[in-house]
This record gives sequence, structure tokens and C-alpha cells, in this order.
Amino acid sequence: MSEQDHDHPHAEITNGDEPPAARRARTLEELLVAKHVVRREDVRRMIDWLVSRSPADGARLVARAWTDPEFKQRLLADARAAALELGLDPGPSPVVVAVENTRGVHHMVVCTLCSCYPRALLGPPPDWYKSLAYRSRAVSDPRGVLAEFGVELDDDVELRVLDSTADMRYLVIPRRPAGTEQMDEAELAALVTRDSMIGVAHPAAPARDGGGPTTPATPGPRSDRVR
Amino acid sequence: MTYRVGQPVRIADRPHQGHHRTPGYLKGKTGTVERVYASFANPETRAYGATGLPEQRLYLVGFAQRDVWPDYRGNPVDRIYADVFEHWLEEER
Repeated sequence: MSEQDHDHPHAEITNGDEPPAARRARTLEELLVAKHVVRREDVRRMIDWLVSRSPADGARLVARAWTDPEFKQRLLADARAAALELGLDPGPSPVVVAVENTRGVHHMVVCTLCSCYPRALLGPPPDWYKSLAYRSRAVSDPRGVLAEFGVELDDDVELRVLDSTADMRYLVIPRRPAGTEQMDEAELAALVTRDSMIGVAHPAAPARDGGGPTTPATPGPRSDRVR
Repeated sequence: MTYRVGQPVRIADRPHQGHHRTPGYLKGKTGTVERVYASFANPETRAYGATGLPEQRLYLVGFAQRDVWPDYRGNPVDRIYADVFEHWLEEER
């Protein structure tokens, strides 16, 4: 729309609150479309697929692994095949690798170089996962980061940080909470939070009255807020 | 050459102009091959419109945190793992 379209003068209307990264992404998309590298509908279809994914898919894998030891072995050996077994869509690539937390070993996942994440099984990553603070501190001071998420590991636990630097995406199978022996697979899946599959939280504790899961006592960092 | 699980390896300590997937904090550090993965297109050429061929073998390499961060404050047994392409690995004698 040009200035001649209406009858009063004013300063140019700009999208002044567009963050620099968003502006860069939008400019890149426009260039790639103009040069016929991608089509607008392909970008839209990919975004639709990405935002249609959710941690509920990963939670189903974990709950099945908790209740079926043989399935857990298949999940650890080939997460893609295990996802297909449950009718989940593991996406075309990259390769998902599941790792298991135990009494003596705790895994947590980061991507120091960008924001690699098992999006097909967990949906889009949380904002804090993409922050420079998490990406740098998760490798150099992982126990400090875990403490801020409310996770205190025992001194004898071996902490393993996985930096997903290339074509593999890591999914943590958290430890099954105590007191869940009578729960069925769907009830267990409701306990499996997104953050527990990144390895920065434990699963939700089962409610004492047998109802739904309790909210974890300690919330995540403030940067976890939805923008 | 192909590396095997359990073999000590050193991450090449060389600068690289342009896109690559070897994090700077691991360059020059010595770790152990934990898993041998498949081969994948080389992101260093694929990022610039080439095919990324020939594919490069990818490895999961594990390091003692104390070998990576001299002032690491956590448990001495804590480890850090990263996926590293074969052409960034060197034999550690």
C-alpha cells in the first residue's frame, strides 16, 4: 500500500517489534521462494507437520518401555522402528537414539551448535533449549543447570550430557517413578513430561489419591514461559 | 580409517572456515569411541549447496568432563558425549 492510498501523512508503518532473527528468517524465506529453491506451500506444510508433533508421542514410547522390557530393548536398539511399532511418525530423518536413565546414570540432552532436538517425537523445542545460556552451561555446568530445574542428583550418580552435534537426536527414557506399580500405560504416559525426556526433570509424581499427576514442585526456569 | 568402539581418539584441533559440526570446546580433547553410527552427508559442503558426498562416518565420542573442563565442579565420573565425523578424529597413541 502506498502513501497515496489515504489522505493523511504519517511515518512509514514498520513491523518494529519483529525480532532480528525473525526478520532474517522471513527475508531468507522470501529469497528462497523467489529463487525457486523452495515453494511457499512446502514451507507451510513443514511448519504444520512440526507443530502437529507433541511430547505425547515420546511419552507413549516411554510408558511402553516402562511396562514392556522387551519393547524397551527394541527402543534402545532402534528408536525409529520402535516408534513405527506404536504407529508413531518418527519423521524422514534424522536418526533418533533413545538412552535410558537408571539408578546410577542420568542423561541430559543439549545442542550447543544450534537447536537439534527430536522434534518428530517431542514437538518443537522449548525456548530455553535454544537459549545461549542453556546451550553453553548445559555442557560446562550441567549439575548447576539441573539444580535450577529442581533436579538434585545423588553424588554417586554419573551424569552424561549428550551434545547432539550432527545427525542423531537423543530421547531420554526417564526412570519410572516409585508408587506407579498399579498404573496402566496411559496413566504412566501422563506422567512423562517433555522436560523429563530432555533429561532436565524427573517425571511427574503420581497423585496420592489415584487421580491425575501432580504438578512438579519446582517449576522450570523463567525462560520457559511461552512468548 | 575406521575407528572401533572403545578406541581412544583425539578431536582434531584445526580451525575451519565456514559451517562445520565439530564444537570448538572439544577440539584438541581426547575421548573414547562409544558408538559407531552410519555415514551421513558431509555438512561442511552440503551447507553450501553441494551434495555432501562422499558421506562421512559418524561416531559418538565420550569424554571425561574433567578432561574437557579443567575446573569442572561435578562428579569426577561425569561424562560428555558428542557426535563427531570421522575426518575430525585422530588416532590417539
